[in-house]
Amino acid sequence: MLQEKFYDNFIKDDRWKYIWEGLGVTLQVTFFAVLLGIIIGFLIAIIRSTYDKTGKMKLLNFFCNVYLTVIRGTPVVVQLMIIYFVIFGSVDISKVFVAIMAFGINSGAYVAEIFRSGIMSIDNGQFEAGRSLGFNYPQTMRYIIMPQAFKNVLPALGNEFIVLLKETSVSGYIALQDLTKGGDIIRSRTYDAFMPLLAVALIYLVMVMIFTKLVNILERRLRNSDH
Amino acid sequence: MITNGDVLIKVDDIHKVFDDSLHALNGVSDEILKGEVVVIVGPSGSGKSTFLRSLNLLEVPTSGHIYFEGVDITAKQTDIDKHRQKMGMVFQHFNLFPHKTILENITLAPIRILKKTREEAETQARELLRKVGLAEKAQAYPSQLSGGQKQRIAIVRALAMDPEVMLFDEPTSALDPEMVGEVLELMKQLAHDGMTMAVVTHEMGFAKEVATRVLFMDQGQIREQGTPEDFFGNPKDPRLQEFLSKIL
Repeated sequence: MLQEKFYDNFIKDDRWKYIWEGLGVTLQVTFFAVLLGIIIGFLIAIIRSTYDKTGKMKLLNFFCNVYLTVIRGTPVVVQLMIIYFVIFGSVDISKVFVAIMAFGINSGAYVAEIFRSGIMSIDNGQFEAGRSLGFNYPQTMRYIIMPQAFKNVLPALGNEFIVLLKETSVSGYIALQDLTKGGDIIRSRTYDAFMPLLAVALIYLVMVMIFTKLVNILERRLRNSDH
Repeated sequence: MITNGDVLIKVDDIHKVFDDSLHALNGVSDEILKGEVVVIVGPSGSGKSTFLRSLNLLEVPTSGHIYFEGVDITAKQTDIDKHRQKMGMVFQHFNLFPHKTILENITLAPIRILKKTREEAETQARELLRKVGLAEKAQAYPSQLSGGQKQRIAIVRALAMDPEVMLFDEPTSALDPEMVGEVLELMKQLAHDGMTMAVVTHEMGFAKEVATRVLFMDQGQIREQGTPEDFFGNPKDPRLQEFLSKIL
């Protein structure tokens, strides 16, 4: 019985390929969205904390605030659909690319606040010590503040990436065949919800566990200097 | 002590207003000569720390001018980073970089700013560490050091930039009593070697013994100044008399 079901859901007609190829899309989207999110988040965190500390970059800071408010104030799936159906509505464009843009831009807002809180958590004395030695503002950030801030935010950053990995499961809304959609397609063919969805859930779970482990290892390495 | 009369820092009528209400500095003028050891004392909230922190523009005065080696560092076009390299600063809370070893703490600025080679910078750092008796701590991290050791490292870190003047902002206030001595001893040594120093402190013994000039600040102004003998032996300002009667 169970064997039959397994055969129907995964072996027959090479249905496992929906899962396998979906997993590839999910990983691809997550990886590049994480990269984009880090770049956006880093830049915004620099602008916002520079404004907080020195009062410079007032206009840029304003735009950053608008971005943060809009992105954090609307659901990611709505942002995904707006980018696909509205912004790129009239052009033929890769769905993977759209998903990367949407999730990257979305994640950037959260990463920005994570980085900023990390920068602001470093005692101002560190900043003054750097400046008093003759480092300018960017050098002080680079050599003294950022390395410490990064270490402090690593757990939050790891968590954000886990959230992002799972959030890409709404990619089906623009008919992108990611892991979740792959499982769903099998369900629609076999009329069996249990097996394909459980398989999908298991794969997400294993990926998250592996990633959590990696972050823990990195954290422990970075903490070595603190004793 | 040796003073050759060259003005190193000239402060011309600086004011500092915080948040439009608190007048931390109310018209302070002074000249610090090469080789002088100026000790600044006063009740808390008197503006003495703000004054010291103004000398390297960690606090930017609301008005007035500060000249370092003849250059107006309060002028907009002045590259303050260049001048700060020659003004070492030591903080109450040490502010060592916790993510770097002691050796890296000391060599970071010489390598990155003065463009020294790593070997050069490390040789100099080890030499300085040996002088302060902390050579064996080169590879340790700040969290493994006692307060007194941290502050001596902080002094060494500033010295590694070969500064013209050292600014001390209550360097012993955060230390356990038994560690105050080792830091003051190092500061005395520095003074003896001819370093120009400006020191905000509550250690009156240090002021008496080492200072070439003592300043008393109150309510954002320098109320009285003089040699330690006159300052402690024959204070004129009533508020200074009151201050001294409380602490001595």
